[in-house]
Amino acid sequence: MPVLARWIESAGIPTVIVTMMPSVAEERRAPRIVGVEFPFGHPFGMIHDRAMQRPVLELALRVLAGAAAFGTRVDLDVEWPVPLRDAYRSWQPKEASPVVKKLLEARQQEGSR
Amino acid sequence: MVVDSFKFLPRSFRPLYEGRGPFPGEVAPVWAPFGKRLAESRIALLTSAGIYLKRSQPSFDLAREQAHPDWGDPSWRAIPASTQPADVGVAHLHINDEDLLADPEIALPSGLLKQFADEGVVGGAVSEHASVMGYQDRSLGDWRSTTAPQLVAHLQGQGADGLILAPV
Repeated sequence: MPVLARWIESAGIPTVIVTMMPSVAEERRAPRIVGVEFPFGHPFGMIHDRAMQRPVLELALRVLAGAAAFGTRVDLDVEWPVPLRDAYRSWQPKEASPVVKKLLEARQQEGSR
Repeated sequence: MVVDSFKFLPRSFRPLYEGRGPFPGEVAPVWAPFGKRLAESRIALLTSAGIYLKRSQPSFDLAREQAHPDWGDPSWRAIPASTQPADVGVAHLHINDEDLLADPEIALPSGLLKQFADEGVVGGAVSEHASVMGYQDRSLGDWRSTTAPQLVAHLQGQGADGLILAPV
């Protein structure tokens, strides 16, 4: 998605990307980046928690409108309020995605050789 | 606080993302200045959660992805800003969709953006935001040739002064 941001920015529309992987967005040369240390699937925070979601959107707007230069990154200083082990498990799909299944099968075949 | 980009990622996935550098041909800075005051600007949202309107739009094509695991549906959907959570479907095989269905605002905060418009923080929101499904083939060929130009045309048609992208 950082690359999509670049293509849209190139067409003249300013962009900011709110991402759980800001270092990857930096590597992929996104123009403006807001980093959030939240589990995947939750870029704006916990469900039904507007008090948590609000500062994320505020920061995104501030960086969108106020960043002075390409590559600006600002990380949100908010910790996910759920123990890591639970949060790590709960964002993942109940069934492995097709590409993960494929990778796991390939590893099993390598291991059985 | 510096965000740890890999805190919630399985360790074996980390090499798929870390240290890969820029996308081929996408090194030079790109920059569109944000020219207006925020309070006079119209803002758009773009989620990669695979959100669609379950009563009026087709889902993203998950059957084809099941058959071809390296492929992801490159199409996009226009999501009206007035969409209610009950109208939202989620098609994304790489995340647990329970929280997204319970509160789509965690990925597409159109209600909160409307509230900001009502408060005068922003001038307004576009009438139709946008959604893609974020898992794509590595070349991003269809996104580059088709989806990105269509999204740009959509955003221009909506009078968007700026876009907030939120990958999931």
